[in-house]
Amino acid sequence: MSRYIIRRLLWGVVLLVVVLALLFVMFRVLPTADPAKLRAGRLQSPKIIAEIRHNLGLDKSLLAQFWVYLKNLFLHFDLGYSYYSNAPVKELIFNRLPATLSLVLGGAIVWLVAGLGVGIVSARRAGSRVDRASMGTALVLVSAPEYWLGLITLYLFASDIGQVRIFPGAGSYVGLTSDPVKWFESLILPWLVVAAGTAAVYARLIRGSLIETMGEDYIRTARAKGLTERRVVLRHGLRSAINPIVTVLGLDIGVLLGSSVLVETVFNIPGIGRLNYIAITHADFPIVQGTVLVAALFIILANILVDVAYAFLDPRVRYS
Amino acid sequence: MSAQEPLLRVEDLRVEFSTEDGIVHAVDGITYEVAPGRTLGIVGESGSGKTVASLTTLGLTRTQGARVSGRILFEGRDLVALSEAKLRAIRGNDIAMVFQDPLSSLHPFFKVGAQLIEALRAHREVSKQQARARAIELLGLVGIPDPRRRVDEYPHEFSGGMRQRAMIAMALANEPKLLIADEPTTALDVTVQAQILALLERLQRELGMAIVIITHDLGVVAEMADDIAVMYAGRIVETASAELIFGGPEHPYTWGLLRSIPTLDGSREADLVPIPGTPPSLIQRPSGCHFHPRCPYAQPSHARIDPQLRPVPDQPSHHVACLLEVDVRRRLWAELHAGRTPEEAIAAVGVTEEPQ
Repeated sequence: MSRYIIRRLLWGVVLLVVVLALLFVMFRVLPTADPAKLRAGRLQSPKIIAEIRHNLGLDKSLLAQFWVYLKNLFLHFDLGYSYYSNAPVKELIFNRLPATLSLVLGGAIVWLVAGLGVGIVSARRAGSRVDRASMGTALVLVSAPEYWLGLITLYLFASDIGQVRIFPGAGSYVGLTSDPVKWFESLILPWLVVAAGTAAVYARLIRGSLIETMGEDYIRTARAKGLTERRVVLRHGLRSAINPIVTVLGLDIGVLLGSSVLVETVFNIPGIGRLNYIAITHADFPIVQGTVLVAALFIILANILVDVAYAFLDPRVRYS
Repeated sequence: MSAQEPLLRVEDLRVEFSTEDGIVHAVDGITYEVAPGRTLGIVGESGSGKTVASLTTLGLTRTQGARVSGRILFEGRDLVALSEAKLRAIRGNDIAMVFQDPLSSLHPFFKVGAQLIEALRAHREVSKQQARARAIELLGLVGIPDPRRRVDEYPHEFSGGMRQRAMIAMALANEPKLLIADEPTTALDVTVQAQILALLERLQRELGMAIVIITHDLGVVAEMADDIAVMYAGRIVETASAELIFGGPEHPYTWGLLRSIPTLDGSREADLVPIPGTPPSLIQRPSGCHFHPRCPYAQPSHARIDPQLRPVPDQPSHHVACLLEVDVRRRLWAELHAGRTPEEAIAAVGVTEEPQ
């Protein structure tokens, strides 16, 4: 098992280098804004631009730039400096990580609870009105884009611009450590928006999975033992039906940690997604690279975690 | 049947399922009883309704939307009319069940011991330690070696025979008065089959429980059953003690079943004869005698008249649902028993339309 994990981690490092190489090519070879020109602002003389380019290391060959970047990354865990503020990228990302973690992990709890609850009820009453209403709603939520849903909830419920002013709106995020109550309140709407689509997917997934499981022979055995229906469903049924959920949960959290761009932007939450969004609009390559690197890292780690979790969830799975 | 007060008495049980293709008459008015400590063998092909009948005894067809009528009297209480909660107190406690495929019938993600402990604690107020000790004892009782270690293993770490032993241990957890074994040996190797049957017989002697064994294999019931009920298309077509059935079977379907199992004392020349055709659809059942399309001795009127289960004239405990006359049936069986084919038997006996 530990050998398996080490091997997966080493492959993860290789994958990260490949992702970085692709990023380098995408942002420097394909047409984009010139960071040196953007940074020069109104002082656009060729001399100044050349100087800025030299200072940022943009005059070196692409391969040399990539080499320097990798060397700093792996030897000093250094992600470089922002082209604009000169702030270290590592610090920028770490400062914004708590907001993203708050958003994604809280959202995950919301979508898990909602998805599991609705999915279980729907599965147990498949074909009923409750089931059809739930699955219909799920379809609508799956189809609704996050930014649209975000803007709608702000329009409806935000305390500044809403029709019914009950929740703090955009830009109200406060760190957990500075004020837990305000932190919680400010994240209610973003959590709901982040969770809506995913909860809908999970509800459909758990419904299908549970209906299938409830037809298994071992469910009949559980009933024949004289267990209560609640125990049959929640222990014997759900225990099997939950496995596909664990797979997607790991991946969804991994993906969202690196790319909750839309929700963070709509709600103006100072997280990694928002940092990435601003960096892209300013051609601030080191930040883009840093955030994408962190996103890729989360996805790779989530994948490994899911596989390890599987070995614990299904005793028949053994890695070698 | 024994003169003792029956432990289980099933009266005119009917089970129907509504499907998109029509109503499935899975069980169509069957009556049987089992006395304490005795063994009833229910025999029939797949789709004859034998499994549905026993699942219904435990109320396990309720969740599948079955329509049930008739009575299932267990110690005088009608299980059909019982509430789900009261029936649950009987399931796995007074009546336990062993299923066909032990691998799919055990939960793959729970340890065997945990599944046993759960069966115990569903009906008994015992601590986890006590339940665990009892689980180890039960695994030992059903002949699983090294039960102390095995109790913490998962079903996939057991062999097929060991899994079925574990299933039996789980069924015995609360010392049921009645054990329903649905094709308990079908998924197992032949050598293991004999071991499991011997185990069931030993446990029955030691624990004094009644057994209903459901099988398509008359060989299995020959070893175990005191009484036998032969089912076809949701009905019992013949029922009697095992001696009477094997000594003088009265129904052509039973003849077919008997002639399709190999015997050591039968002549080598007598080939195994399969029953022609396939079991009928339980949605669109044949008219008259449900067996007539596959019966070599069927007469034109058998497609119209629905035979009732009636006692055989000189054997009041032997019931059969057949439109052939008794002496014709006996002469036919005598010919078949001597190794003749149905065609030869018909020619020798001269089967004719009975007077109406």
